Amino acid sequence: MRDGDAIRIDIYRWIVSGNFSVSIGILIDRLSSVMLIVVTSISSLVFIYSIGYMHGDKGYARFFSYLSLFVFSMLMLVLADNFLLLYFGWEAVGLCSYLLIGFWFEKKSAADAGKKAFIVNRFGDFGFGLGVILIFLTFGSLEYMKVFSGAGAALGQTVNIFGHEVDTITLICLLLFCGAMGKSAQVPLHVWLPDAMEGPTPVSALIHAATMVTAGVYLVARCNPLFSLSSTAMTTVAVVGGTTAVFAATIGLVQNDIKRVIAYSTVSQLGYMFLALGVGAYSAGIFHLYTHAYFKALLFLGSGSVIHAMNNEMNMQKMGGLKKYMPVTYATFMIASLSISGIPGLAGFFSKDEILWRAYLAGEGSGRILWMLATAAAFMTAFYSFRLIFLTFHGSFRGSAEQEHHLHESPAVMTVPLMILAVGALAAGWVGIPPLLLEHGDRIGEFLAPVLGHPAGEGLHSEEMMVMGVSVLVSLAGILAAVIFYIKKRDLPERTASAFKPVYTMLYNKYWADELYEKILVSPVLRMSDKVFLGFFDGRLIEGIVNGIPSFIGSFSRGLRKMQTGLISSYAFMMAAGMLIILGMFFFF
Amino acid sequence: MQEIYYLSEYPLLSAIVFLPLIGAAAILLMRDANSIRWTSLVVTLGVMVISLPILSGFDKTTYFMQYAEKYEWIPAWGINYFIGIDGISIFFLFLTILLSILSVLVSWKSVETKVKEFHIALLLMETAVLGVFVSLDFFLFYLFWEMMLIPMFILIGVWGGPNRVYAAVKFFLFTLAGSVLMLVGIVVIYFYAGRTLNILTLNSIDYPVIMQYWLFLAFFAAFAVKVPMFPFHTWLPDAHTEAPTAGSVMLAGVLIKMGAYGFLRFSIPMFPAAAEFFAPVLLLLSVIAIIYGAFVCFAQKDLKRLIAYSSVSHMGFVTLGIFAFNTQGLEGGILQMLNHGVITGALFLMVGIIYERTHTRQIADYGGFARLVPWYAGIFMVFTLAAIGLPGTNGFIGEFLIILGAFSRQKFFGILAATGIILGAGYMLRLYQKIFFEAPREGLFVSDIGMREALTLIPLIALVFWMGMFPNVFLGYIHASVQHLMYRYEINLNTGFAFDYLQWLTGGN
Repeated sequence: MRDGDAIRIDIYRWIVSGNFSVSIGILIDRLSSVMLIVVTSISSLVFIYSIGYMHGDKGYARFFSYLSLFVFSMLMLVLADNFLLLYFGWEAVGLCSYLLIGFWFEKKSAADAGKKAFIVNRFGDFGFGLGVILIFLTFGSLEYMKVFSGAGAALGQTVNIFGHEVDTITLICLLLFCGAMGKSAQVPLHVWLPDAMEGPTPVSALIHAATMVTAGVYLVARCNPLFSLSSTAMTTVAVVGGTTAVFAATIGLVQNDIKRVIAYSTVSQLGYMFLALGVGAYSAGIFHLYTHAYFKALLFLGSGSVIHAMNNEMNMQKMGGLKKYMPVTYATFMIASLSISGIPGLAGFFSKDEILWRAYLAGEGSGRILWMLATAAAFMTAFYSFRLIFLTFHGSFRGSAEQEHHLHESPAVMTVPLMILAVGALAAGWVGIPPLLLEHGDRIGEFLAPVLGHPAGEGLHSEEMMVMGVSVLVSLAGILAAVIFYIKKRDLPERTASAFKPVYTMLYNKYWADELYEKILVSPVLRMSDKVFLGFFDGRLIEGIVNGIPSFIGSFSRGLRKMQTGLISSYAFMMAAGMLIILGMFFFF
Repeated sequence: MQEIYYLSEYPLLSAIVFLPLIGAAAILLMRDANSIRWTSLVVTLGVMVISLPILSGFDKTTYFMQYAEKYEWIPAWGINYFIGIDGISIFFLFLTILLSILSVLVSWKSVETKVKEFHIALLLMETAVLGVFVSLDFFLFYLFWEMMLIPMFILIGVWGGPNRVYAAVKFFLFTLAGSVLMLVGIVVIYFYAGRTLNILTLNSIDYPVIMQYWLFLAFFAAFAVKVPMFPFHTWLPDAHTEAPTAGSVMLAGVLIKMGAYGFLRFSIPMFPAAAEFFAPVLLLLSVIAIIYGAFVCFAQKDLKRLIAYSSVSHMGFVTLGIFAFNTQGLEGGILQMLNHGVITGALFLMVGIIYERTHTRQIADYGGFARLVPWYAGIFMVFTLAAIGLPGTNGFIGEFLIILGAFSRQKFFGILAATGIILGAGYMLRLYQKIFFEAPREGLFVSDIGMREALTLIPLIALVFWMGMFPNVFLGYIHASVQHLMYRYEINLNTGFAFDYLQWLTGGN
């Protein structure tokens, strides 16, 4: 592919109705090609890994068919050339996610989690769908090219929503972002992702870390010509991203389930990506998406290897000292953790540094706050990542003797993908070395520039050095803190938890988000359905009227029947009375 | 007056409509249950075969009535035998034909008593429903419209569940009450238009606005009960729950479509000013049906009742699209009727299949079926996804076009309707989980889908994806007629209302 060229293939007209027309069509440009690299490389490794991981499972064939359907859907999502086909892929990956989270459907928790993922995502898609419709009504087309080229002309248009004039582009962006928040698990629609860990671990690696959950990031990056026109939307994206980055990281600090820690880490890293998008550094967001795919997939697959060895035990408090049994898993896990923590030279360092720097540049006031949020999240990331490593691989084994007896390194079919991913976690970032360190080092940024543009803002070299230095220091501090807490002074976590009991309980219970939704949303809906709608409206009101009319007619006719006495005298009396009335009326009127 | 129909060379439509009637007469002479079943199947298949040339020879570029047949019948009253189809009616015809075949198949084993009467009722119903969709003379239309009531009444009342008599009578009274008002309306039109019952002629006359209001309401009574629109829906759950599977399939698949068809064929072209005037109320009732129907689904304990209430919600989408009065809304509405016929028809078939094996419809009695009957579970999933409008299935195309149409007419309604997609996912996935996931009950044995059952389901699965991936094949038939309907509606629209309560109701949205 040459400079900024895009390949478009119109396969066939999908829906035509009046002035509405949309095709099944493919667009390959620089953005989708980066996504293609991520999707295809991670998915092939996960497929190979799954051969070992799912070996012996009753649903082996079913697993691979779902997984293939997912890859198809995900490719369609990133290759679509219009919003409706994007929506198609979007829903299709959601379906695969639902099927794979609930893969072991005999477990109630798995079935619940799958359903929850689907329904929470539908909340986001509600906005996304309306956004697509509003795009069509504003631009008369759903094709990216036409929409983005018409974006400038639509600037300043407003739509009337419930009596308020709202800027059209802002509204479109916010509606699309609703969808992105659902799919990419941003606060407040993040609740489904940790539960999604009920699915088999390779699924978590592929769908809930590397590819599907980043679809929201892709969506916003894809729509950058629209988002760039609305500062309100951009601010929203940045604030939601920054908040999520910190919010999820704090929860990750105290969880004991190995996969949930990584899940919250994913939510937090996705927040990072949105933060980057929100400050206009689209390529930085995509860059982080790309590096994150490798180290996060590696973390998940590594945890899968651990879970495999531990015979499906996921509580880290029952692990420990695994490094001597699982050297390959340990080594690759270590690389991934160093990478996510942002240790210089590894993939995560470059992409994270780029985001921190762009946040810093975003402005004196808000930019600094975003930067501080991101830096705080970076500290926590390093801390919980190494907490995980130390609890799992270091110290002494805390599980049962039975489990200890079974501990073993995973077969090659699983460890080889880990090693390949480790190379990615190590080196994937080398395509985006900041110009400060290497001239023309930011090759991915330049590659994506025709689609995503160059981020605005220039800073001093000294400032950039400072931001980078702080980021490295913070990462090291996080690791150091983890060393102190989980290696040097093993009683410290306990003491800290009891010293800050309310905070610990709040974090441990994930800010009670699930309980809150249950209280204000789920149970009111169920109660209202039963009592108000079915019980009162349908049962009493409508049925009351419906059954009331026949019974009224019934009593009316019973009244009439009383007149049919069969006595000639009473009939004669009535006839006479009737005649008198008619005569009377005749005379008086 | 310009004749806007093409006469047919061969009486194909008449053959389609009356073949089941002839089949019913033949069955009357038979004794053996199996030969009755086979006759019934051959007749319904025969109707399908005769209908194929119509599909291939249909001219998609015109809104004219095609394959028309017109003979004088009762000249003294201006009554003709006049039938024909256009882009609006053609698919209802095919849906009826297809679902009739499937109804025969699904009743093969499940109906063991009074087999002869059952199949006679089924075939009579096919004739009546097909007659409704092809009639171009009001007298003929009303005849078929009422004729359909009797076999359905019998199907529910004789082969239904424990509470069948209540349900049958309720169904009959509701529908009849509506129809009587329509009859009054027909009589008024008859005299106003100079003693003609030709629907095409009546559709091209301009009626005084006040008269339109009253007539619209009279017809509305018949159609709204049939659809059923909120709040006239309470007969539907009872009728569906008690009806035998074939009855439910026909009821959901085609009978309730007759109401929406009536809106398209009569209410809008004949009374456009009234339709415009009442549209906000109708749109509001539609979104209430969508949301209300969905909410009530959450509270259902009976599987069949849940599907029945989901019909109320889905038909809310249909009427929402129709009364949005724009191309996307109307086409989406028509397509969604087909979709609903396929999807809900299929869901009722699925319920019938599982009821035959377990003899329970209580959702709480199920659980873990995905392990016991994997094929059944997979097929149920396909229809579940279609019902919640997943892209790639037919449900998506219809719902999307309808929400697009509603949103461009009045954002308020589009937004409210879109909440239906959240609620729909909620109750359907909840249902799916309760039936198929978690552990099965101890010692429960259920056999998976059999060959005959698979045969009934395969065409519907194919339609779900075909209509979802290539909706233009279907929309292509509809365009010209919808365009004409829009034209007819727009030129006749009387916009001079003193009081714009559309604005008032929604605050300008």
